[in-house]
Amino acid sequence: MNARILALHGGLLALLLVLHFVLPVYHHGNLARIMVLACYAIGYNLLFGYTGLLSLGHAMFFAAGMYGMGMPFHHLGLGAELAFLAGIGTAGALALVVGLLALRTLGVAFMIVTLMFSQAFYLMILLAARWTRGDEGLVLAGADRVLFGLDLTDPDIRYLLALGLFALCLSAALWLVRRPFGRVLVAIRENPERAELLGYDIFRHKLAAVVVSGMFSGAAGAAYGLMFGYVGASFAEVHFSIFPLLWVLLGGAGTVIGPFFGVLFMFYLIDISSGLTPAYMLIAGVALVLLTLFAPQGLAGEVRRRWLRWLP
Amino acid sequence: MEFGPHLMLAALEGAVTAAVLALMAAGLSLVFGVMRVVNVAHGEFYMLGAVLAFVVAGMAGGGAPGFVAALVAVPLIVAALAVAADRAVLRRLSYDPERTIVATIGILYILQQLALMGYGPDARPVAPPFNHRIALPWIDWGAGGPVLTWPWGLSITSYKLFVIGAAATVLAGLWLLMTRTRIGLVMRATQLDRETAQTFGIPVGRVYALVFGLGAGLAALAGVLIVPIQQAHYLMGGDALLLSFIVVIIGGLGSLPGTLIAAVLIGLSDGIISVFFSPTLAKIIATLLVALVLVFRPQGLMGKPAR
Amino acid sequence: MSALLSTRALSKSFAGLRAVHEVDLDLAPGEIRALIGPNGAGKTTLVSMLIGRIAPTSGAILFEGRDITRLPAHARVRLGMAYTFQITSVFARLDVAENVGLAARRRLGGDRAAVARETALVLERVGLAGHADALAGDLSYGHQRLLELAMGLAQAPRLLILDEPTQGLAEGEIEAFKRLIREVAAEATILLIEHNMSVVMALADRITVLDFGEVLAEGSPAGIHASAAVQAAYLGTGADA
Repeated sequence: MNARILALHGGLLALLLVLHFVLPVYHHGNLARIMVLACYAIGYNLLFGYTGLLSLGHAMFFAAGMYGMGMPFHHLGLGAELAFLAGIGTAGALALVVGLLALRTLGVAFMIVTLMFSQAFYLMILLAARWTRGDEGLVLAGADRVLFGLDLTDPDIRYLLALGLFALCLSAALWLVRRPFGRVLVAIRENPERAELLGYDIFRHKLAAVVVSGMFSGAAGAAYGLMFGYVGASFAEVHFSIFPLLWVLLGGAGTVIGPFFGVLFMFYLIDISSGLTPAYMLIAGVALVLLTLFAPQGLAGEVRRRWLRWLP
Repeated sequence: MEFGPHLMLAALEGAVTAAVLALMAAGLSLVFGVMRVVNVAHGEFYMLGAVLAFVVAGMAGGGAPGFVAALVAVPLIVAALAVAADRAVLRRLSYDPERTIVATIGILYILQQLALMGYGPDARPVAPPFNHRIALPWIDWGAGGPVLTWPWGLSITSYKLFVIGAAATVLAGLWLLMTRTRIGLVMRATQLDRETAQTFGIPVGRVYALVFGLGAGLAALAGVLIVPIQQAHYLMGGDALLLSFIVVIIGGLGSLPGTLIAAVLIGLSDGIISVFFSPTLAKIIATLLVALVLVFRPQGLMGKPAR
Repeated sequence: MSALLSTRALSKSFAGLRAVHEVDLDLAPGEIRALIGPNGAGKTTLVSMLIGRIAPTSGAILFEGRDITRLPAHARVRLGMAYTFQITSVFARLDVAENVGLAARRRLGGDRAAVARETALVLERVGLAGHADALAGDLSYGHQRLLELAMGLAQAPRLLILDEPTQGLAEGEIEAFKRLIREVAAEATILLIEHNMSVVMALADRITVLDFGEVLAEGSPAGIHASAAVQAAYLGTGADA
């Protein structure tokens, strides 16, 4: 692999490891959350940034991962390791079904179809309140949250596991987008008709992108539930589909490193403003409008356009 | 109450929902039809209509005069706001469909959160200008033939009848505007072919602003009309948006007559379904229906297939 | 002679309008076939059906004896057909090398070195070697046409369909193009839609003339040149050849 690409992404991971030892408790906890959410953003970006498919329903994949992990964990006493895999599997299966249906549409219709499926999924969580406890959600018992002997209630372990997951997602995304598969996704984004006439099966590539993206999102959802001990319907709400779009737009669609910075900035922006007003989502709204108007490339996108054309 | 009267009551309630929904959906459909953009902030214009109705009615001293003041002023205020949003944001995006959706999601949050800051998290009512209970008769088959009875609880208020009438009047007016006036002609020309309209000297930019304002005004009017029945709340836009999406998509995107038929259908069935099912289940069925209609019959249930 | 590509009674109507009507076409392996005809004769509709961009109303298409009428476009490309667009369709925001790389990679897979080699080779052949790092959208129109051709060549197709490849090329570029096509003809069968009669006469082994969606004549360049019917078709519709 290209040395500067390796240096940049490896450097970020090394920096995050160093921060583990120096950050004050509050920011240390925040960064653990940010890294898990960045996995969600990376997954979203594979579909939106690389394949050019704008989903407004990714919360269903995040929540499918979370509930797919949380329900067997809570009700059946499944171990954390298997429950985590069950979460990813659930998200992947849901993504396959949604993809098979939604990919029959394009553009605006695709956005609305994904929005509607996600809303239906959210409502189903509420409907199945007997098992999901509806709005209240499930609190996962701390004593059971042990992954390979590591206690997930310990903030230090949580941070390092979050870093591990983030490192995994970042490298997997980097590997994927530089492989022929990722190049074809970009080709589909740029000119689907041309890509088809180069012999690529557009539908199958898009479907694979939806499934992979859904599994990344599901992994983030499962990890989030496991690490922070809570599985709630609010993670399936519309907001939670808009957030990854916002993060990726802000960080830079179609860049591997951008989503992390998108989450980082947005997290702190909302963290600061929610201290000032209950109407903190105002920030999200203003950011969305300003980004679409003035910086559709996002942070990393601008950096790539101006200085680093090699940025993957 | 017996099944028959129960059903009739549900249908009447449904007719009120249908009336309000038809107004809102007509606005959404108009914007999509002429401008080819999906306005995700449409539900917030409805919410603003309701919230501002509370504010304006209060400022005008409440009661019937307050309500009338709100009915006149609020749709205009909201329409002006929408025109400003069109000028400041949508036009700069050249009405690119996908970027417009993202931007209107932003506008959705801005309006909703501003309402939360200015109006607060409480739900508040506006008193209807008149509100007589009108009992409704039911025909029973007695031993000696049909007998007119007055089952307890089978009634509607004069205000609800007014809502149905007002919505029907406004929609008829909208239809006349679109089919019988110069402005309507200009809008339809723009809808058919933006570039050609431009070369024929139609100020497309101004038409778009007008349409966006008109669409928002219709949503706001629906909001004003609903406040005396349902209280105004800053989060009320979400469900309303969902329902109008359903109506517009099932009626066929951009088709006004299709939208009206679908509004009546959905309004009535929503009333009836939620009487017999849990509202959550009804919503799940409705959202899945929209998704599947878009997947398998994108021209809508009543629209014609694209050429 | 077994044909590489055949059509049998291939027809397409748009809303009752006959664009292509019962065309029987047989391309022999290795030949350069030109498809000519006045504007609106149905040439592009015909090749669009061959490659699978539009579905025929009736009739059949066979490639190496196999019925491909129902195959999607990408599957036909995988069988060895390649198509270059009449209206240039490149990946404008990707660089030239990646445009060609995408074309080569489907065949060569994840072997980076092989893809890079093939890409460099093809770019050299069409004369774009100096532009490998440029964004395709920044190329001049003529260069974009050459890039289209390069993407066709990088697929190493058995049948290369070129839809008006010389449109917008300068005189000098056209000469280079003719040389290149003669070279390529050693490796692939070529179906060439072309308006420029000097290119057609210089390259084609056989010519098929399409008029009002039907085959008007088929034969050697000399025969077609002499044909009164062809002359009439062209003169009758404005002689744009």
